[in-house]
Amino acid sequence: MCGAPVQGQTLPAGVDVEKETVITGRVLAADGQPVGGAFVRLLDGTGEFTAEVVASGTGDFRFFAAPGTWTVRALSSTGNGDTTVTPEGNGVHNVDITVSK
Amino acid sequence: MARSDVLVSADWAEQNLNAPKTVFVEVDEDTSAYDGGHIEGAVRLDWRKDLQDGVRRDFLNREQFSALLSAKGIANDDTVVLYGGNNNWFAAYAYWYFKLYGHQDIKLIDGGRKKWELDGRPLSKDEVVRPATTYQAGEPDTSIRAFRDEVINAIGSKNLVDVRSPDEFSGKILAPAHLPQEQAQQRGHVPGAINIPWSTTANEDGTFKSDEDLTKLYAEKGFDESKETIAYCRIGERSSHTWFVLQEILGKNNVKNYDGSWVEYGSLVGAPIELGA
Repeated sequence: MCGAPVQGQTLPAGVDVEKETVITGRVLAADGQPVGGAFVRLLDGTGEFTAEVVASGTGDFRFFAAPGTWTVRALSSTGNGDTTVTPEGNGVHNVDITVSK
Repeated sequence: MARSDVLVSADWAEQNLNAPKTVFVEVDEDTSAYDGGHIEGAVRLDWRKDLQDGVRRDFLNREQFSALLSAKGIANDDTVVLYGGNNNWFAAYAYWYFKLYGHQDIKLIDGGRKKWELDGRPLSKDEVVRPATTYQAGEPDTSIRAFRDEVINAIGSKNLVDVRSPDEFSGKILAPAHLPQEQAQQRGHVPGAINIPWSTTANEDGTFKSDEDLTKLYAEKGFDESKETIAYCRIGERSSHTWFVLQEILGKNNVKNYDGSWVEYGSLVGAPIELGA
C-alpha cells in the first residue's frame, strides 16, 4: 500500500535484496545523535519528489529505489539536511543525513 | 468551491479545537502515528480498517459508512476538519469519500500532520470518545468517481492525469519508492495520460501551492480546460489529493477520481498501456 511501513534497519520479511535497490540510513543531529520522526524525502536525479517516509524514533528510514542518482532530504522541527546517493545496482545502500537549522 | 471554503490553516485549526459542531478527524494508513500523539480531540479513521470493505476491493457502502460515522460521533451537520500523514494523501482520500456520500461541510488542514509537527504544535495522547450519532449518508455521487471502463473510453477524449512520480509513470518503478517493487501489475501508464505528479502541487512542508502556481502548473503540462478529467495514481489516494486541487481549490468542473487506479488498470487483460516519459 502507499502508506507508511515501519521504518528500521531490519528489512521486512519477504524482501529480496537481490531484486531491490534499498536506500537506508539514519537522520542525525550535528552532534551525531539520532533525530526521531523526521520527514525523509527521496528525490530523483532531476530533483523531482519520489517518496517520503517518517523516520522511526531512532532516526531510521528506508526506500526501495532503483540504480541511479538520488537525493535524500530530511525535514524536522530541529532543522533540515540532505545528501546524495548513487547506487549502481541492487542491494542495500547505507546513507546518513545530518540535519541542522 | 474555492480555497477558503475547503482549506484551513494549522493556525486556524489550533484556534478552533473546541469550536462547536466541529469534529477533527485524523486519517492515516499508519495508525501508529495517531497513537503516538494526535491533535487534541481528534478522532481517528484508519484508511484500511475503517474505510475499505473487509472482503471485496471497494470502499464501504452507504449503510456501512453511516454506521462508521455514527460510531465516531460525527453528525450530518458537523463541520469535519480532516488531516493526516503522507502529505494529507489519506485525508484527501477521506475528503473525497465524505463528498461522495454527500457530507456538506468538510475541510482539510493545509499541510496536515507534517506541517503541524514541523511547526512544533502540541499533540495529545488522550483517548478521544465522542457520543454516538445517527449519521445518514447520501446516495454515492458517482459524478466524482471513475470506473475502469470510463478510463479506457476516456483515452484520447478526456484529460487523464497520472499523478504518480515520473519513474512510476515511465515504468522504471512500480510503486512509490518506500515500498518493495515486486508487484503484480504491468508497468507504464494509460496512453495519452499527462504526468503531473501530486508532489508538484504541494510545497515541501505539505501545504498546497498557491492558486496562481497551480493554475500555471496545469497549463504548462497541457491540461485542457475544455475537457472532462480523470485523475489516477496507484491506489487512488494521491489522485484524491489532485482531485482536491482541481475541483475544490481551483474550482474546475467534471473531475473524477479513479480509485481503482494503477493497481487495477495495470492488471486488466488487454488494456492499452504506454511506456516511457
